[in-house]
Amino acid sequence: MADEPVIRVENLTTYYGSRRILHNINLSVQPRETIVLLGSSGTGKSTLLRHMLALEKPAQGHVYIKGTDVCHCPTDELQELRRHMGVLFQSGALFGSMNLGDNVAVPLRELTKLDDSTVQVLVRMKLGLVGLGGFEELMPAQLSGGMRKRAGLARALALDPEILLLDEPSAGLDPITAAGIDELVLKLKQTFPMTIIVVTHELASAFLIADRIAVMFAGEIVALGTPEEIRQNQHPRVQQFLNRVPEEPERDSEAYLQSLTGGAET
Amino acid sequence: MTAILAFVGARSLAFLRYVGGITRLGKDALYWTLVAPLQGKGLRGRAAIHQMVLAGVNAIPIVSLIALFVGLILAYQTANELRRWGATTLVVNIVAISMARELGPLMTAVIVAGRSASSFAAELGTMKVGEELDALDTMGLSKIKFLVVPKYLALILMMPCLTLVSDFMGIVGGSIFAVTEIQMPLSLYWSRALDALLLKDIFSGLVKSVIFGIIITEVGCHEGFSVSGGAEGVGLRTTSAVVISISAIIAADMFFSGLFYYIW
Repeated sequence: MADEPVIRVENLTTYYGSRRILHNINLSVQPRETIVLLGSSGTGKSTLLRHMLALEKPAQGHVYIKGTDVCHCPTDELQELRRHMGVLFQSGALFGSMNLGDNVAVPLRELTKLDDSTVQVLVRMKLGLVGLGGFEELMPAQLSGGMRKRAGLARALALDPEILLLDEPSAGLDPITAAGIDELVLKLKQTFPMTIIVVTHELASAFLIADRIAVMFAGEIVALGTPEEIRQNQHPRVQQFLNRVPEEPERDSEAYLQSLTGGAET
Repeated sequence: MTAILAFVGARSLAFLRYVGGITRLGKDALYWTLVAPLQGKGLRGRAAIHQMVLAGVNAIPIVSLIALFVGLILAYQTANELRRWGATTLVVNIVAISMARELGPLMTAVIVAGRSASSFAAELGTMKVGEELDALDTMGLSKIKFLVVPKYLALILMMPCLTLVSDFMGIVGGSIFAVTEIQMPLSLYWSRALDALLLKDIFSGLVKSVIFGIIITEVGCHEGFSVSGGAEGVGLRTTSAVVISISAIIAADMFFSGLFYYIW
């Protein structure tokens, strides 16, 4: 693990309006490592992922991808870097006006000079890889949630990315389909020399696929380590998450009353 | 008093920000339409043709019908007044010149704004909500090249064509009145209409139609990119795309009509 990190996040802090979403995040991801960002909803996992993709600008801090600060680099350089990254969005983000084949073909047609027959072969290969061989003609609206995610994954893999970022790949899927996606990620991890970042709140999935897990709470990374180290971690928030303990209800009656009345005198 | 000043200030800033956003979009669209193809960055010709069919060819029936009605209405309205002066036959000149200079381009622009500005805003807005725009960004593809330029090209090329259709159908509308109400032979009607029209009448209308096409694309796409907050946001921005583009079209029409009055 002495290699230069592929992704390095330094002191990242960001706000939506006046609400702080991420606070002083530091994280290094080594080449060919699979890191899972684990945490409950609203802890800033997806926001951190969006910063790694330079889709958001941070209030403070830096995100370096292969040594380039993506928060402050020129657009051309950013576009070039993004060609080495594949992204699966939470909803799959397939282009609704194109069939599956064309969706997967978009990066190949737009960013390479391959002729159409080669593009077609690659599209079939990528769709076959995610178990959607023969579905090229279907439109995204005709697909189930699981199929849409797999198709999104096929598109993310189209250009053989060095870095694969997956936002909630198994959220909202039935356990069998979710397990299928996990298997697929494991297969990709073993087959291709990729660095993989996965955002999820699914415990089983995280422990199955991760080399290291970063547990997030309230915009901070509260624990970082191998799955075994995370299991042993005694941080109350980590334990709460691992043991599925619900959040304590509000005890301060005065504060509760204040929140109901919107801060008016009671 | 402070509140009023703050309100005016905030609205002025919002307006300037809007104009800034539209200008940036226009600059990027121009670059990706005219400069980038020369630098080997490509142009999505097939997508542009698809948009020409959607925004242009498919609009021909409604543009024709509305122009036919407008021509006929114009003939009825002006004939009443002209009859008092014994100049009913001048209806032909009024219909032909009004359609070519003003009503052809304007009515076409209003119809295309209703059809296409809304459709551009809804399409791009839905793509934004569905993270499709983010997907394009993360693939290293330009949203402008991929989504805006085909629409931009389509309207720049189709608006003058639709305007010519509209001019023609408006004059056809006038002919219905001329033939049925003042028993003017059709051949005479057309020869008088063509005599009345100068090339500059038609040309000034076509110049305006290109400007209107640019306004419709820019406002529609800008509103689509500005969507936030899901389905309701798409609805709101779609509505404002139509309202803003029609207002901007009429403002631009006033400006260019004034300009042509002085310089042409």
